[in-house]
Amino acid sequence: MAKQTKTLNLNFGPQHPAAHGVLRLILELDGEVVEKADPHIGLLHRGTEKLIENKTYAQAVPYFDRLDYVAPMNQEHAFALAIEKILKIEVPIRAQFIRVMFCEIGRILSHILNITTQALDVGALTPSLWGFEERETLMTFYERVSGSRLHANYFRAGGVHQDMPRGLDADIFDFTKKFPKIIDDLESLLTENRIFKQRNVDIGVVSKQDALDYSFSGVMLRGSNVPWDLRKSQPYDCYDQMDFKIPVGKNGDCYDRYLCRVEEMRESVKIINQCLQKMPKGPIKSTDGKISPPPKKELKESMEALIHHFKLFTEGYRVEKDEIYTAVEAPKGEFGVYLISDGSSRPYKCKIRAPGFSHLQAMDYLIKGHMLADVPAVLGSLDIVFGEIDR
Amino acid sequence: MEKLINLEKKINSELTTKINSSRVKHNQIYLSIDSNDIIDVILFLKTNENTKFRQLIDITAVDFPEKEQRFRIVYLLLSHEFNTRVLIEFDISEGEKVPSLTKIFPSANWMEREVFDMYGIDFKDHPDLRRILTDYGFKGYPLRKDFPITGHNEVRYSEESKKVIYEPVKLEQNYRNFDYESPWEGTKYIKNQTKE
Repeated sequence: MAKQTKTLNLNFGPQHPAAHGVLRLILELDGEVVEKADPHIGLLHRGTEKLIENKTYAQAVPYFDRLDYVAPMNQEHAFALAIEKILKIEVPIRAQFIRVMFCEIGRILSHILNITTQALDVGALTPSLWGFEERETLMTFYERVSGSRLHANYFRAGGVHQDMPRGLDADIFDFTKKFPKIIDDLESLLTENRIFKQRNVDIGVVSKQDALDYSFSGVMLRGSNVPWDLRKSQPYDCYDQMDFKIPVGKNGDCYDRYLCRVEEMRESVKIINQCLQKMPKGPIKSTDGKISPPPKKELKESMEALIHHFKLFTEGYRVEKDEIYTAVEAPKGEFGVYLISDGSSRPYKCKIRAPGFSHLQAMDYLIKGHMLADVPAVLGSLDIVFGEIDR
Repeated sequence: MEKLINLEKKINSELTTKINSSRVKHNQIYLSIDSNDIIDVILFLKTNENTKFRQLIDITAVDFPEKEQRFRIVYLLLSHEFNTRVLIEFDISEGEKVPSLTKIFPSANWMEREVFDMYGIDFKDHPDLRRILTDYGFKGYPLRKDFPITGHNEVRYSEESKKVIYEPVKLEQNYRNFDYESPWEGTKYIKNQTKE
């Protein structure tokens, strides 16, 4: 008599602490081995793209904060760059440095969250407690520059909203002095930790070819030994003036991706340091009154400024008819905006390319043949945030 | 820039019959083709030695309700070797089917599901064409221009029936869509009046 096997269907999520948000996974199990995973997404779908089509360009910026909400400014950057390229606006040098610096702060924010929660998923509690203290410091920098800890709404087409307050650069510099030590501490807890290695080494291995075929980007791609980073290959703003390295993994498993993220944080600290040193004084947004609003002082004296202010906050600026795709290297991978403008003050179409979407898609391929306990480890190393996947 | 123009020429000479028009702008190549040729064009771009567009970045659609061929499908590809991006597009009318790319790029699966979910465009030979982002049992295609921004249904917990229920949207205040176009350039209603 042939032995009969029966698979078990297991519902994982949408309310599960290791699902990193509202992911529902339908798992088909043979004993404890996963045979098939079918992710159900969209539980956080808010129709961002539809809403953006009905807002002016300036009003659309806050929606980008709410995509990948652990690194909000990186998303705003992609949108601002898309508009700037269509309108051919020159961004003042100081604004470029501020933007790059805060993008790197966003990268550290995102990587701390990912590394520590990945550790949490495989059983280590301490790293998250240590890491979140640093995230709090970084979010204070966000707050001081934009007025808000998370949803910054800080980048504009043509620059940034306002200059950095006095003393902030000294405090950020202070942070860059202290932070490498914190990374060392985190590493001392995890990198050589026996349990952490047992749970991550050789788990969720991605080959070079599959990483390309599955549209991976960012750390997911670099972990599989593909040296590709948009900050180096297609530099935007002042990244071409920065001196930094791109860490690349060897084996493409969860552990290599963790190591890449740790090294990327160290490189980010270097970039922040260089920004602080090289940042010149000067304007922080385009001086073209048709695009960026005039300073408050001028409103009382200049008729032209008053008109500009009124038009910018009612109709908004118009963007000539064009079609463009711009991408930035967000902490999670290539974040892109495909924008179609029709000459009015609202985008005709704005497709958001979220890196996590293609990463999560590969879940079935990554987890096939692994044990049920590896599901959170693989999910953790994918670095998914549902704000951007569900849009 | 010159590199891109050369590449554009090369693609044009290899695929003469399949490319309707091409241009280079914003450091990208834009190709316009026919919907039947998409598989051939993508396969060529992926495998050819001089192009090597081996990564599919995204698939999306655009709705132009006033046009006869209502939808435009857009494919974005990236070549790591040559550090270039290409954007391929074609127009289709409502109800027309598009060949699926899932055989060439496994990542096309969800991207096509999203286009199907948002625009109701059918993909030929897609292994698993289900809705992806919208709710279970959702009706309509939200990113079409004729879909209202408020949607049709709202969800709430009902104390009487002790469960979550769906109801038609009731708004306390109508959705207000202000027309901010410069009066001296003529708002739509003035333009219409002066035409007569």
